[in-house]
Amino acid sequence: MAIDAATVRKVARLARIGVDEAALEPLAAELSRILAWIEQLSEVDTEGVAPMASTEAVALPMREDVVTEGGDPRTVLANASRVDRNFFVVPKVVE
Amino acid sequence: MSELTRLTLKAALEGLNARRFSSVELAQAHLEAIAAARALNAYVLETPEKALAMAEASDLRLAAGEGGRLEGATLGIKDLFCTEGVRSTAGSKILGNFEPTYESTVTANLWRDGAVMLGKLNMDEFAMGSSNETSAFGPVVNPWRSRATNRPLSPGGSSGGSAAAVAADLALGATATDTGGSIRQPASLTGTVGIKPTYGRCSRWGIVAFASSLDQAGPIAKTVEDAAILLTSMAGHDPKDSTSLPVATPDFAAFVGRPVKGLRIGVPREYRADGMPAEIEALWERGVAWLRDAGCEIVDVSLPHTRYALPAYYIIAPAEASSNLARYDGMRYGLRVEGPTLTDTYERTRAAGFGAEVRRRVLIGAYVLSAGYYDAYYLKAQKVRRRIADDFAAAFERVDALLTPTAPSAAFGLGDNAADPVAMYLNDVFTVTVNLAGLPALSVPAGLDPQGLPLGLQLIGRALDEGLLFQLGAVLEQAADFRARPEPWWRTAA
Repeated sequence: MAIDAATVRKVARLARIGVDEAALEPLAAELSRILAWIEQLSEVDTEGVAPMASTEAVALPMREDVVTEGGDPRTVLANASRVDRNFFVVPKVVE
Repeated sequence: MSELTRLTLKAALEGLNARRFSSVELAQAHLEAIAAARALNAYVLETPEKALAMAEASDLRLAAGEGGRLEGATLGIKDLFCTEGVRSTAGSKILGNFEPTYESTVTANLWRDGAVMLGKLNMDEFAMGSSNETSAFGPVVNPWRSRATNRPLSPGGSSGGSAAAVAADLALGATATDTGGSIRQPASLTGTVGIKPTYGRCSRWGIVAFASSLDQAGPIAKTVEDAAILLTSMAGHDPKDSTSLPVATPDFAAFVGRPVKGLRIGVPREYRADGMPAEIEALWERGVAWLRDAGCEIVDVSLPHTRYALPAYYIIAPAEASSNLARYDGMRYGLRVEGPTLTDTYERTRAAGFGAEVRRRVLIGAYVLSAGYYDAYYLKAQKVRRRIADDFAAAFERVDALLTPTAPSAAFGLGDNAADPVAMYLNDVFTVTVNLAGLPALSVPAGLDPQGLPLGLQLIGRALDEGLLFQLGAVLEQAADFRARPEPWWRTAA
């Protein structure tokens, strides 16, 4: 399925990736070529086939619902670009 | 240049244990080789001080008779693995100078067993690529060159730095990861051995996530036995990864040298791709003959949905990636490009931080998961994935392992596939099927093409049957007697 510039703009907004207006058309053409190639999946009969999200047949283990690590804000904040005391500093959210 | 770097991991471990040389000497030899090989761009970060400190500690443990399984062995680490206090970038600008405050489980397992880290290895950005050209640090150059020209070739990807480092003797072995072929394809293109284990064999904890249902760590090594030794240390159950399998890890090296007589080997006819180069077809036939000569029974099998694996992968992997990469928002770590609003800051950060291929895949992922398209794309791909897994299950009712080529071509030139994403994706046509099915697969160097470039053969096994792959891989390795080495054109005087 071909996608147009408006769809790319919408998807880029959903993905929070800034795309220049001038780049929308070329990107739409590029993504359309990839999606056209993916389109061949429609040839596969998947009637009654259960979707597969995991390859593991075994039941995954459960652990106790307790805190195992934590309580160290210094470690959590170590790589932040802006910090104030024990907080991440982010751009203003409320006008 | 020291002969120590030319040793296999197995021989180096024997030398260390016999105290014929020290771990410090081994580390120094590798550090010198790395410094003289910067033209390859295999390492994005050299950690000489850490290497020597770890090697000194290893020498003390060896002297005290307390050496671990890998004591003193010098390894390179793909930059997708988080290493405590050592910059980890995933080959992306968006992580900036991120220094993890924790260690990935796989690397922690290696250090537990005494291994020494030489540095962090280059890779395609977030492991998205088959040529290493999407790295924010520029491409790795394949140590191998064609007989015909000296033009730079790709080492494959995404674990191109790992493969090039091992091929050029810049490490005894390396960690790598494989989401659609990222261990096996570069191994094939560089004359090295690589195994993607069963999904869940190695913990994903502390490995930067690309597509979580497909990602799996494994080693790239000089020999089948070396790969088996490394995987034995890397693998094991980890409560910190809920998909880590709660199973014991065998001593994989013990499988090397066991007879393979009577094993049934499947040859899937759908892998005979249109336009397959004659030398790859011929190599595959030689591989079949080697296993037949060793007493295996060769069985023709069918995996009818093979050709749909790549298109299904290019829905599933981008969908998972778009979700996994949502965390790179510039707020808590990595790059931040400020804008007038919070949303602008996100959008500017991600536009500046992600390269073109990563942006492309995140957009495809967001598209196939968006309202109105989820069933047509994502759900359809998950159903096709089941068909592919069922194909393997049916084949493994009749055979013990499958033999195929690893990659559809030998190493290609840097820039050759840059203009066409789909042409690049086709590099993984033979490798991606097992990621979708969660199965283990091993690539073994098996010959040279007419230009003198290495080609690999792939063995695919049942879930948790890596031991059998090492057993069969060692037979192929011995029969192929692959001894060719790249000319060290990259070496500069120290």
